[in-house]
Amino acid sequence: MSGECKTDSRLEKILKSGQFAVTGECGPPRGADPEVIRKKCALLKSKADAFNITDNQTSVVRMSSISSAVVMMQEGLEPVMQMVCRDRNRIAIQSDILGGAALGIKNMLCLSGDHQKFGDHPQAKNVFDLDSIQLIRTVRTMRDEGKFMGGDDIKGAPKLFIGAAENPFADPFAIRVPRLAKKVAAGVEFIQTQCIFNLDKFKEWMKGVVDRGLHEKVYILGGVTPFKSLGMARYMASKVPGMDVPDHLIQRMKDTPKEKQAEEGIKIAVEIIQELKQVPGVAGVHIMAIEWEEKVGEIAEMAGLLPRPAV
Amino acid sequence: MVVGERKPFDEIKKTLEGHKKVLVLGCGGCVTVCLTGGHDAVQVLSSQLRMARDNEGSPLEIIEKTVERQCDPEYVEEVAALIPEVDAVLSMACGAGVQFMAERYTTTPLYPALNTTFVGGSVKEGYYVERCQTCGECKLAYTGGICPIARCSKSLLNGPCGGSTKGKCEIDPEVPCGWQLIVDRLEALGQMDRYEEINMACDWRTNRDGGPRKMIREDFQR
Amino acid sequence: MADFEPVIVAFCCHYCAYGAADLAGSMRLEYPPNIRVIRLPCTGKVTPRFLLRAFEKGADGVYVAGCLEGDCHFMHGNLVAKPRVNYTKKLIQEVGLEPERLEMFNMSAAMGPRFAEVAREFTERIRELGPSPLSKKTKAPQEEAA
Repeated sequence: MSGECKTDSRLEKILKSGQFAVTGECGPPRGADPEVIRKKCALLKSKADAFNITDNQTSVVRMSSISSAVVMMQEGLEPVMQMVCRDRNRIAIQSDILGGAALGIKNMLCLSGDHQKFGDHPQAKNVFDLDSIQLIRTVRTMRDEGKFMGGDDIKGAPKLFIGAAENPFADPFAIRVPRLAKKVAAGVEFIQTQCIFNLDKFKEWMKGVVDRGLHEKVYILGGVTPFKSLGMARYMASKVPGMDVPDHLIQRMKDTPKEKQAEEGIKIAVEIIQELKQVPGVAGVHIMAIEWEEKVGEIAEMAGLLPRPAV
Repeated sequence: MVVGERKPFDEIKKTLEGHKKVLVLGCGGCVTVCLTGGHDAVQVLSSQLRMARDNEGSPLEIIEKTVERQCDPEYVEEVAALIPEVDAVLSMACGAGVQFMAERYTTTPLYPALNTTFVGGSVKEGYYVERCQTCGECKLAYTGGICPIARCSKSLLNGPCGGSTKGKCEIDPEVPCGWQLIVDRLEALGQMDRYEEINMACDWRTNRDGGPRKMIREDFQR
Repeated sequence: MADFEPVIVAFCCHYCAYGAADLAGSMRLEYPPNIRVIRLPCTGKVTPRFLLRAFEKGADGVYVAGCLEGDCHFMHGNLVAKPRVNYTKKLIQEVGLEPERLEMFNMSAAMGPRFAEVAREFTERIRELGPSPLSKKTKAPQEEAA
């Protein structure tokens, strides 16, 4: 997995150099004002190596991932452009990949996308021309072979470091490692996992990953999300599909007085990061502080992840 | 079978406003089996329409008739003698039947009484579920006989997504996760090795995306 | 409205309600003459179109009387009828009739007094609702014509 970098991605350089990587996340605004992104960028700058820009997450219309990523680059941060298969067919997907790369984007995260049922336009027609695994294969072929899906040559292949998400906690558990293997076979280079709360289950999954040697073929970044409150912990436990929040964490939030819950949530996140550092095969963490960007730095600092290395 | 669901009564009634005599035409095919467009359904709807129009003081005369199938010219022809007697036809067939009627009787207004919903089957009497999306290139041999296109809410060919929880789909706890069904069946068949084969992107030309489709049996052409 | 005599159609199962009607007669129990009984082999024979046709032909109220639940002579005919009656309530509502004009009752052949009671109560219910909006419009011109 080590060796020559295939792109100019800072994230790729850090991972290839064997350092523990940190990524963050930035949700674009529901409007055309770039200042919102700039403000978030000011909070996030140098707190992580790269930052995901979500692509109409939960199927709610927001500023596009590509344009938000460009604003982020103007502020000197490295974006990871997310791309979902829900809203574009293969023509639009490949076109946006070329466009994103042309604008200087160096990382891309391939996702299927939430079903539009959850968003603000449940009436929409979904696309799903490709799924996330086919999307991974598409970008990889475009980059390494310089070919479109249709087989034609690309003049100026897009140099993108290719990532995907994986949820170790979704069902059926038995295929969660095989599914990662499919993504690896399709050509993925880094994985950000769903938020980890159930460390035992995550370790069980990681063991399966390491047993198959997949950690030597793909960098795995463990997803970490701090609870803002008991309400959020409960919501994530019961309402978010594919999320696994153990009872003891809910209890710990419940036993904490309301005004100290945010602090406790951060403490839990830091503890999870400390544990993840020890798990064999984990190459970094992905901190998703949902609409709580100002805390990313605090969490990284407390977890001993700062300052970020210069590469 | 093709499953259809009756349109809301008020919508049907509104389409017939201004007409005084109509043919309510049932179809003896799929929609009879799914109880929405056959002989009985024609009588029920006609009865309702007559009563509703009487109630409004503008009586509606109805000819009730059900043909074997509305998606075959021979059967569509059977009502030729009735068409001059009515000023509109309310078809209780699926969308295919309605169009065969419209194509044959070009100067008579033709209205659908059903919403054509899906290709599926009945799990029990009066309970119908979708099973096929007519993509035109059957993949069931590779997915344990369970269709990822019809049964996964995102039609993922390499599922399941991260929203699969305890065998259910993220969109609705009542909906089984199509990929859970596929994995269960592959396990039962001892074919889990198939799971790790990457299913390549579909060629959607065989689907509706390639334009309206047709199927021709050469040995029947003269 | 006081002299309004509703026309009521009662679809009665041969094995229970029809027998109960007979018993009510033998017991000299009085019940309103508004009820027109139609004997069915089982209420499982009832379909929405039977019920609709009764309303269309001028009934002000319609009810289905089948065996006590669990006692159907054909195992579960009365349980087939129950959701059909409920479904038909929606159909008549779409047409502009009150769903209360249609009902399902359960009784055994030994329940003569219950049969008479149901007949009285249902007739009273329909009397209060008044004539079917359909019969007002469709019958009147016919009477004039006659």
